[in-house]
Amino acid sequence: MTYIGIIFTYVFVSNLVLTQFLGLCPFIGVSNKTENAVGMGFAVMFVMSTASLITWAFQHFVLIPLNVVFLQTVTFILVIASIVQLVEMVVRKTSPPLYKALGIYLPLITTNCGVLGIALISVNEDYNAVESFLAGLSAGLGFLVALLFMSAIRERLELERVPKYLRGTPIAFISGGLMALAFMAFDKALLANIIGA
Amino acid sequence: MEDFLRIFGAVASTSLFAALLGFGLAIAAKKFRVVKNPTLEKISAALPGLNCGICGYTGCEAYAEALSLEKESDTRKCRPGGQATIDEISQILGIESSAGTKRMVARLACLGGTGIAVQDFSFQAYEDCESLKLHFDGDKGCKYGCMGLGSCIKVCPVDAISKTDNGLVEVSAARCIGCELCVKVCPSGVMKMIPADTDFFVACNSRDKGKLTKALCSAGCIGCRICEKKFPESGFQVEDNLASLNYNKKDNEGRMEAAQACPAKCIIQAGSKTLLKT
Repeated sequence: MTYIGIIFTYVFVSNLVLTQFLGLCPFIGVSNKTENAVGMGFAVMFVMSTASLITWAFQHFVLIPLNVVFLQTVTFILVIASIVQLVEMVVRKTSPPLYKALGIYLPLITTNCGVLGIALISVNEDYNAVESFLAGLSAGLGFLVALLFMSAIRERLELERVPKYLRGTPIAFISGGLMALAFMAFDKALLANIIGA
Repeated sequence: MEDFLRIFGAVASTSLFAALLGFGLAIAAKKFRVVKNPTLEKISAALPGLNCGICGYTGCEAYAEALSLEKESDTRKCRPGGQATIDEISQILGIESSAGTKRMVARLACLGGTGIAVQDFSFQAYEDCESLKLHFDGDKGCKYGCMGLGSCIKVCPVDAISKTDNGLVEVSAARCIGCELCVKVCPSGVMKMIPADTDFFVACNSRDKGKLTKALCSAGCIGCRICEKKFPESGFQVEDNLASLNYNKKDNEGRMEAAQACPAKCIIQAGSKTLLKT
């Protein structure tokens, strides 16, 4: 039951982009075409789940035994950035088709605040390894969902006669804000009603 | 002192950790290095990198890959690059260079701007030709003409197309790379490819009967066959109530006269933008 709770929480209730406002640069930057949005979304999902798992291990096997938990943020950034770089190299070498689909987005995510955000959240919530991984995965899924919706909206907006002063990024921000407002409907009480937790 | 040591220790250990990770990444980069084909790199550099897709591949990189792996032997497929690119690729591959096809440019085959063509209604929605085409085949009386919303402008990879003041679009022949993307996207099919060095062309796309064309647009080809019959040497022929020019015909005798004799004045000089003055 708690696993379902975690998934629902990070996809809808505390969606990284729409309620916690993390990872906004790719949300605006890569959401102008659905095809790019899907590629970016899956890359983020992949990186978030790996990063949460690795940072959980790092927290429990390095930081806590050495009693240097206060270095969490700095070291997490280092670990995540290195992991993403390493994964990019491995993917490029071993699987060219996967590299073509995800590879170009990977370097963009090395220092994404959403990735660091979910790693820190999972550690602060005291999740175990599986829960951390799941939190990362569902946060990535939430990001994918937000990006996909946004790209659909923006593709329609492209054809619409938008007032001159709002064209491009301003109208994207406004639509993003309205979408965030809609996502506020998902709250803890709704979650409790659905899964009975 | 105690605090200072603690801070120093934190900074030192983090730096050391970062250095270690960097070192590890450097080793990994060497281990996982992808050996790229030097021919592929050279060909990629020779191609224009516009990813227009006229070669039939998804982009310049894909075409370069096919060429380097010898899956593709035709070095003339890149039209934007022109003869210079063909020569360069052929040299890299050690193939004898051959002359490419004639340079083609896109040109709008319509003169029916505001005030010349009859407008049925005013369209106030999506600024997109495809969408307007779905509403009664366009806002103009003539269903073959340019609707002027500029879907072609959006797809042009080199920004060669722009809107004109009279509700049409125009292609800059100097900037056009002949990728045909605008020809493919135009729902009316009014964008035509013409040889860059042609002297005249027919700037109309209307296949309506003469009487109807005349009622809908004052610059439309009415299919009167004057150009075809009076100037048989000029290479004009009329089919489906629309004149066209046979560009393969070498001598251009009588084209100027044919253009002047055209009652609708829709045969225009390729160099000029407007109707031929009589």
